[in-house]
Amino acid sequence: MTQLQDHPRLAVAPKVELELPAEPWWRFFTFSTDHKVIGIQYLVTTFFFYLVGGALATAVRAELATPEADFLGFERYNGAFTLHATIMIFLWIVPALTGGFGNYLVPLMIGARDMAFPKLNAVAFWLVPPSGILLLASLFIEAPAAGWTSYPPLSLISGKVGEELWILSILLAGTSSILAAVNFITTILKMRMPGMKMEDMPLFCWAMLAASVLTLIATPVLAGALILLSFDLLAGTAFFNPSGGGDPVVYQHMFWFYSHPAVYIMILPVFGMISEILPVHARKPIFAYKAIAYSSLAICFLGLIVWAHHMFTSGTPDWMRVFFMIATMAIAVPTGIKVFSWLATLWGGKIHFRSAMLFGLGFVSMFVIGGLSGIILASVPLDIHVHDTYFVVAHLHYVLFGGSVFGIYAGIYHWFPKMTGRMLNEFWGRVHFVLTFVGFNICFLPMHKLGLMGMPRRVAQYDPQFADLNWISSVGAFMLALSTLPFLVNAIYSWVAGPKAGDNPWQALTLEWTTSSPPPHHNFYGDPILLTGPYDYGLHSKETLDYFAAQLQTLRELALAEAEPTSS
Amino acid sequence: MQGSLASEMLMVGHSQAHAEHPDHRVFGILMFLVAEGCLFLGLFMAYLAYSLTAPIWPPEGTPERELLLPGINTVILLSSSFVIHKAGSAIKADDVKGLRLWFALTALMGAIFLAGQLYEYSNLEFGLTTNLFASTFYVLTGFHGLHVLAGLLFILAVLWRSFKPGHYSAQHHFGVEAAEIYWHFVDGVWVVLFILLYLL
Repeated sequence: MTQLQDHPRLAVAPKVELELPAEPWWRFFTFSTDHKVIGIQYLVTTFFFYLVGGALATAVRAELATPEADFLGFERYNGAFTLHATIMIFLWIVPALTGGFGNYLVPLMIGARDMAFPKLNAVAFWLVPPSGILLLASLFIEAPAAGWTSYPPLSLISGKVGEELWILSILLAGTSSILAAVNFITTILKMRMPGMKMEDMPLFCWAMLAASVLTLIATPVLAGALILLSFDLLAGTAFFNPSGGGDPVVYQHMFWFYSHPAVYIMILPVFGMISEILPVHARKPIFAYKAIAYSSLAICFLGLIVWAHHMFTSGTPDWMRVFFMIATMAIAVPTGIKVFSWLATLWGGKIHFRSAMLFGLGFVSMFVIGGLSGIILASVPLDIHVHDTYFVVAHLHYVLFGGSVFGIYAGIYHWFPKMTGRMLNEFWGRVHFVLTFVGFNICFLPMHKLGLMGMPRRVAQYDPQFADLNWISSVGAFMLALSTLPFLVNAIYSWVAGPKAGDNPWQALTLEWTTSSPPPHHNFYGDPILLTGPYDYGLHSKETLDYFAAQLQTLRELALAEAEPTSS
Repeated sequence: MQGSLASEMLMVGHSQAHAEHPDHRVFGILMFLVAEGCLFLGLFMAYLAYSLTAPIWPPEGTPERELLLPGINTVILLSSSFVIHKAGSAIKADDVKGLRLWFALTALMGAIFLAGQLYEYSNLEFGLTTNLFASTFYVLTGFHGLHVLAGLLFILAVLWRSFKPGHYSAQHHFGVEAAEIYWHFVDGVWVVLFILLYLL
């Protein structure tokens, strides 16, 4: 077991002298090019959007608590669910994972001083607030009401202003992710510290590489579709308008060519984070490093050739349906490899049930449910039966909430000490987990049944036979809304006044834990050093680890002594 | 997954506050162009979907397009790729005057291309909303034209900077290289576009 913290020399040395003074709080409100500042800017900004999207979700569930459209009314209901989905996908999960965790962790994990293009990084972040402002402004002008998919011809007749605001907002967010992807690919391929080969990288970096390749290839196609949709909307062309000779199915192809890979953009980084978190809190090496690393690339490739499974009911020809059905089911293989590798990592481990681990385990179980309902939806006959019903809504929330959001929470609990230098409160973390886990399942489990009973999605008013299950689901949603409060209070309080975390509170082995919390401006004291592999838990003797710790200590003292004349 | 161990540890850390790292900007530009390429690819696929599923393409009643002017334009744009390559070779030999000459010539050729395209637009007998073919024609060529314009401004900016003494040298000329790569990309896109819209 690693005990870097307990080494006698570390215990004796006065902590204060081993760290550069903390940088001032207001740097988070500047156009900083430091990847750590940008990462936290992303996380805090996107969490704000998560709260807005969550409020909209609560409003949607309040509407659905009774069969009549008596809370929001039809028009506002359409706007609410459209904005809810758009905000959650484009302004919360995608930017929080890639922009937030990716930015914060990738350079630290590969021993780099910053991203390859720090200014470009800042530009990518600062495109997010305008994108969000456009979208939120639509609430007060005219909300887009054609669903987050914005299928024409519906999106061409549901309100020009709202729809165009939606398009512009997505174009900005998309540009931001493309620029970030350019940065990540360059950083991961070109900026690894000397001596770190691809297969020495933490698995999170593999996952970010795969997600960035998907972003780079798929996002521009969505941009193309939205530009054409804008022409239809504003200039009177008919690319997607059947009445002018156009073809709405072309839009669906272009849209899903991005939006299906987007699912993997929203889950691959989480896979990566879980591959970091489980070994640390189970004190065991990750099982099958190479299989997990390369399965990310396999998912990246397969993810690009399955998009039309969203279109089984769009008049898609049979040969195409069969191809996309088989390709979709094939994704279960690399995904299964990951899930079983995680289970094998846990097997026989010395598991610490801290909040990060609880959310990590919650992720694995909930994501498996989402994955299984995904296989049901991949099969053409079953999909035709449940298409556009609540079964789909249940499935996607198990993947995006049970998967991505649980993963984001796991990541926050795990890396909060590194980011802020302070520990989150463990008790309230567990309260948060229980409320989230229970609320989530009460909210979304009944939707499977509702979908199989035939309740269509995107309706404000429904048949009274669905009333009971919907009421249960709404109770779960309110519980989920409530579950955010302990987290918020915990995070804000701990950031200001939580107990000091020290360099490595979890005794983890990846590089970000070898520097101070929070790390200094250029990340490391002196050049970073690979002392062990990223997952060598239990592989080195105590003597070896002590020796490493002593060396690390010496190097930091040297680096600080050198920095002394300038840093005062 | 084993890290390198103790031997490497002793490379004593030197705190380089602003550590120089190799210049990855060309790689970054290439990655960005992958994304740009996918954007055009998406639009081309949409065009192919329209043209291949339509019973008659272009739809009946679409006026004939003249090939001479766009043909000349194509030749001009393609030749400019060779011209800008000469500029790249010049700066690698530290020849700033050569760089200016070839960049100015490329800019001129790009401007002629754009002027030719505008002239073609003004003489076409169909407008943006005439039919589906017309819409795809204007959007694709217009979108490409915007890229030519961006490349032209990029080239002019590099030309402007080349008048600062010592700004570009045989070793340091990222701006020149980036402008050249971008220009080749814009040319390549035009070739596909020309084949799709005029020849097929």
